[in-house]
Amino acid sequence: MSEALLQVSALTKHFPITSGFFSRPVAWVKAVDQVNFKVSQGETLGIVGESGCGKTTLVNVLLNLIEPTAGQVIFDNIDLFSCSKEELRTLRQHLQIVFQDPFWSLNPRWLIKDIIAEPLNVHLKLTPLERVKRVEELLDMVGLPNDAVFKSPHEFSGGQRQRIAIARALALNPKLLVLDEPTSSIDIFSQARILELLKDLKKSMNLTYILISHDLSVVHHMSDKIMVMYLGEVVEYGPANDIFNRPTHPYTKALLNAIPDITTESLEEISELKGSVPSAVNPPTGCRFNTRCTKAMDVCMEKKPGISDIGYEHTANCHLI
Amino acid sequence: MRIFIIKRLLLGLLVLFGVISVTFVIVRVIPSDPAAQWVGPRATIEQIEAARVELGLNDSFFVQYGNFVADLAQGDLGKSIRTHQPVMTELKAFLPATLELVFLSTFIGVFLGLYLGVVSARRKDQWVDHLCRFFSVATVSIPAFWIGLLLQYVFYGTLDWLPLGERLSMNVKLFHEIPDITGMLLFDSLITWNLVVFWDALKHILLPGFVMALFPIGLVARMTRSALLEILNEDYIKAARSYGLSERIIMWSYALKNSLGPTATVVTLAIGYTLVNTFLIESIFSWPGIGNYIASAVVSLDYPAIMGVTIFSAVSYVFLNLAADMIIALDPQVRT
Repeated sequence: MSEALLQVSALTKHFPITSGFFSRPVAWVKAVDQVNFKVSQGETLGIVGESGCGKTTLVNVLLNLIEPTAGQVIFDNIDLFSCSKEELRTLRQHLQIVFQDPFWSLNPRWLIKDIIAEPLNVHLKLTPLERVKRVEELLDMVGLPNDAVFKSPHEFSGGQRQRIAIARALALNPKLLVLDEPTSSIDIFSQARILELLKDLKKSMNLTYILISHDLSVVHHMSDKIMVMYLGEVVEYGPANDIFNRPTHPYTKALLNAIPDITTESLEEISELKGSVPSAVNPPTGCRFNTRCTKAMDVCMEKKPGISDIGYEHTANCHLI
Repeated sequence: MRIFIIKRLLLGLLVLFGVISVTFVIVRVIPSDPAAQWVGPRATIEQIEAARVELGLNDSFFVQYGNFVADLAQGDLGKSIRTHQPVMTELKAFLPATLELVFLSTFIGVFLGLYLGVVSARRKDQWVDHLCRFFSVATVSIPAFWIGLLLQYVFYGTLDWLPLGERLSMNVKLFHEIPDITGMLLFDSLITWNLVVFWDALKHILLPGFVMALFPIGLVARMTRSALLEILNEDYIKAARSYGLSERIIMWSYALKNSLGPTATVVTLAIGYTLVNTFLIESIFSWPGIGNYIASAVVSLDYPAIMGVTIFSAVSYVFLNLAADMIIALDPQVRT
């Protein structure tokens, strides 16, 4: 197995809820709790989970926008939160993001050439000619015509905007690309084409992806490994096919069951999860899923389940195993 | 863009026409005898009759209106009943003082307002933010003349730091040459390097200028704060942050630029409000400008003067609104 490009260990982020005049914290939102995972060079890791499972916080930590409460993020053998300024600068070049909504991720007042050149301007000192060349190269890579450079974002469709966002993310030849729900705000035809584009780019540029999505079919199509998160914790991790073929955690099973497919005859066949995600301020003791789990036992209320290895790099955190 | 401006100008012309007609009617309805005022308190009945013919008051309403509009088209606003001077000449004489006040207060208002807005947005929900928000609500809601009187009491009555009113002190007026290029004293004295006059003019304009700036400050600060907070949540700001750009750069050259659209619109409207505010402020500070002029015109029912100032205000409003629309049209999403 190749070396891990990104190694996240015991990552924890708690947000204070403050009140009163002196803004003293009265409680903590446990947005991400003791999360471990690693991504190898050239791999695609799919992260799946409902709203509020800590995906956004995870992205913000990876982008170095917020500091974690505890834990370590090692990218390319450098610790993200105790490295020098110079190292951080290089790290930032190699770690780029594509946001969910291309309508808000592109500065509406800038021209496309300025948007795509933005990371180049911040990180590299290029001559104007080199910059123009690079921008045209990038537009070509994402399949947009060269005359797009003097247009504004609003002149493009959602899919095209997402291509621009991808071009911007690729400008610095990154090693790792975080895709935060890259297709969930564009129409179904553009979705497929964007996904194919991402797959091609991955091959040609030797990229590594972290794909965050709630669309399981997208994750299955794209990922090598899948990590299922629930309420700030990892509940199941393993190779994509393995997770889809033999899901072990009740939460993963419920998620997979919720995908409607062509053989589904009535809505009753889809087993749906009852209730919604509990508050992360006071998560349930023991297993955090115990309030919604159909197979919850006494032990689930008291003890947090450990990691069980079920072979083929497939692990799950559940008392049933 | 050109069609847009022409359309707006035609619409503005329509607005002006409406304003002129309405004021014309209202002035005629008010029970007073302009002819009697024209000739003064000791005139004979024959003199009043003669004046009535001279002023054209015996003509029918529509003929009077037609004459008025025809004169107006040639830039003639008629003669002031009070002073017997052409209203146009008087407006030209009083305008620079008002413009100076309006420019200065808008300038202070925009810059202080933007600054407060940025500080507020940067320290959202901290005590600085609460203070700024309290200040901006206060400046928008407390009447300017009240603050004006209060500041006069403090800075003239108690501390004696600043003069009570007018544009220059008596001894400066008597012993120094007052430059007259644009009629705006601060500007004129600065370009002729007459620092004594400049300093004296500055001391005089400080209080009225600040009082008039309060409303724009509050308005701009509130607009900037809310626009900034909205923009700072966008993903393209997040992207910029992930490149490692400092908060200062993000605030001043990313977020603030994109938030200027709504702020600019508000500023143009605030200038209009400031123009109206001059009526009160100039009276309090004995500032020899348009506001003071119309205040005395209203008291003596000097209807050509009232009409003149009204038309001037209407024209200003039309152009300010046009400016606001053009600023919005600069946004690439509106410009098609």
